[in-house]
Amino acid sequence: MAITRKQKRLAVIGGAFGFLALATTLTFVALGSKASYFYTPADVAEKGVAAGERIRLGGLVATGSIARDGGTDVSFAVTDRIETVTVSYSGILPDLFREEQGVIAEGAFDASGHFVADTVLARHDENYMPREVADSMKARGIWQDGE
Amino acid sequence: MIVEIGHFALVLAFALSLVLSVAPLVGARIGDARLMGIAEPASISILALIALSFAALTVAYVQSDFSVANVWENSHSAKPMLYKITGVWGNHEGSMLLWILILAAFAALVAIFGRNLPATLRANVLAVQGMIAAAFLLFVLASSNPFERINPPPIEGQDLNPILQDIGLAIHPPLLYLGYVGFSICFSFAVAALIEGRIDAAWARWVRPWTLAAWAALTGGIAMGSYWAYYELGWGGYWFWDPVENASFLPWLSGTALLHSAIVMEKRSALKIWTVLLAILTFSLSLLGTFLVRSGVLTSVHAFATDPTRGVFILMILIAFIGGSLALFAFRASTLTAGGVFHPISREGGLVLNNLFLTTAAATVLVGTLWPLLVEAVSGEKISVGAPFFNMTFGPLIVPLLLAVPFGPLLAWKRGDLLAVSQRLFAAFGVSLAIALATFFIVDRVSALAAFGIAVAFWLVFGAITDLALKSGVGKVSAPVALRRFIGLPRSVFGTALAHAGLGLTTLGIVAVSALEVERIAVMQPGDAMDVAGYELRFDGIFPFEGPNYTEEQGRFTYSDRSGRERGEIVSAKRFYPARQMPTTEAGIASRGFSQLYVALGDRAPDGGIVVRAWWKPQVLFIWIGCVAMMLGGAISLLDRRLRVGAPAARRATPARPAVEPAE
Repeated sequence: MAITRKQKRLAVIGGAFGFLALATTLTFVALGSKASYFYTPADVAEKGVAAGERIRLGGLVATGSIARDGGTDVSFAVTDRIETVTVSYSGILPDLFREEQGVIAEGAFDASGHFVADTVLARHDENYMPREVADSMKARGIWQDGE
Repeated sequence: MIVEIGHFALVLAFALSLVLSVAPLVGARIGDARLMGIAEPASISILALIALSFAALTVAYVQSDFSVANVWENSHSAKPMLYKITGVWGNHEGSMLLWILILAAFAALVAIFGRNLPATLRANVLAVQGMIAAAFLLFVLASSNPFERINPPPIEGQDLNPILQDIGLAIHPPLLYLGYVGFSICFSFAVAALIEGRIDAAWARWVRPWTLAAWAALTGGIAMGSYWAYYELGWGGYWFWDPVENASFLPWLSGTALLHSAIVMEKRSALKIWTVLLAILTFSLSLLGTFLVRSGVLTSVHAFATDPTRGVFILMILIAFIGGSLALFAFRASTLTAGGVFHPISREGGLVLNNLFLTTAAATVLVGTLWPLLVEAVSGEKISVGAPFFNMTFGPLIVPLLLAVPFGPLLAWKRGDLLAVSQRLFAAFGVSLAIALATFFIVDRVSALAAFGIAVAFWLVFGAITDLALKSGVGKVSAPVALRRFIGLPRSVFGTALAHAGLGLTTLGIVAVSALEVERIAVMQPGDAMDVAGYELRFDGIFPFEGPNYTEEQGRFTYSDRSGRERGEIVSAKRFYPARQMPTTEAGIASRGFSQLYVALGDRAPDGGIVVRAWWKPQVLFIWIGCVAMMLGGAISLLDRRLRVGAPAARRATPARPAVEPAE
């Protein structure tokens, strides 16, 4: 039986839709498992975070909290002026990482409740806070623009 | 005075662009040649006015005129001249002015080189360009005026963000904007075709060169941005799947799809409606990119001087243009006829497959990029979608496409023979497989997945070579004849082969770095040595250095190879810019062939040591060499005489006025 033009077109369109369905499924599975939530230290205290769950922890670097062990490990406290979480990190901190500056630490709590970051982000531009940090601190009435 | 002239020129350009957006459109509608005739001089005058305005701002920067707020905020008298000039677009206002300058330049080019276009089409295209220019000129004048004065003028400027004080700023934004804005021409052509309600293969021939030019520039712009981030940020990464990077990658993906679907339309007059839609989508994604970058609604490591209030304005422009053009598309698309028929296994079929994969990949990246905004709007939760998401989705979607690439150019139009093509590609397949197996068994730490990646990379390169060899008849005719045929091949064939091979080279670099990168981090005292992938890196100490507008602490290193021979010095530094009180990292990089040894400095330890982070990046340069090859491929295709606007068609006799078939 000869395949008609219509059937051919249907096969192509069907294939394309099948492919799109596959891609959509993949996208949403990935969004469900790979997206990480943003928490401030107060959020962590309120909601709790399971050990091993990847999150972005944001806030200000607490004054006097930066401690180096003389090697490549460093620990510092991230605060939103309500709660504080101590973060440990191994590596080179960004150039604009300093006390009282906005920072985002990506990582997870270990089994003992200690936050271990594998990435620490500070902005390139000294005038701006990371947006999530600024928003959530504004929402809590702690930080205003231009402070 | 000159600053006011610049400002005034910008206002005049705005007024003129309003005229340009209306008069030719009306002229084309009622068939008035005089009204349509306004388009050409108006486009050229707008370019002249905006160029004057841009020159005025440049003069203000060069003279360090701090009575201009924009110069005061972003410049400093001690800044080197190169950065005074590039600093013109190293800020929000100036970069928008550059955006508009390039937009006006493209419109003027269409006005000058498009004299052989049908009069109404040309008038409509330029009118749409006028509308885009008007919208963005209004945006600049109303919310981002670079010519605002301050009184009294400060004595010294606040300096340019030190991270931007780099040669990258001279190349990356202009190239990127050439790409972004170049797609506006494709958009205008698509909208003009929809306004006229007719479209044919000639349309694709006019649009292709602009698509190619924009695409080549965008490729170069993205590659330059990637290399810049790689050496400037000190993290050793070349791609972060950051929203700002995705913003430039999205139009690249859909632009690549457009480039390929326009071939089908030109050669076979099929896929007309789809091509028009892609042209609209590609520029829409460019606008979206501009919005994401300029508004700062998404947290990005590359965001500079963003301002959410201005974002709303761009968002309105975005909605007006995307909404308007898509509405027009929905309204008019049914009047465009479907084109030629083809078998699924054919060159057309291959290009459809290319489009399917590229647009799906683009959709995935778009969803991942905008998902945080959506989630926050709906639930108020803040989430981040990063590299793990994109690796899981983009990877599986793009690999089948890479595998299919070598087949495309070898398939015949209309109905291809997959078996015959597979036989021809057998050698390329065998060699790629052999190389991958060899690396898998000889080189340590090469996983099966990495070996597969290497096979894909070489498959692309040898596939491209096979294409050239077959088309010049290697093996079938004598060597001199083959050589003569090879030289006589159309430029677009070379362009295709080079771009596809470039894709392979980029893949090779990415796979090699992902699989074989070595990272070391240690606290080093002067005299200490560290082993990085067989290279010995010796720390010689920290030395102070005075730059023109910064101080630097240089960490000097000597490195020796496996045999113990000294190979050279690496200087990695921490800079401090007093004007902004801001430190930056200057990574030290030594190239060995296509691989690099990359050294970044961290903090000083209390006992006088310093944290040193070093990487061995095997074959990393292929990532960008591949991009340059793709860009050159685009440029070579652009030189193809068939594509040259105004060049007579090679075989078919062209009527004096290119025939436009009625759509019905």
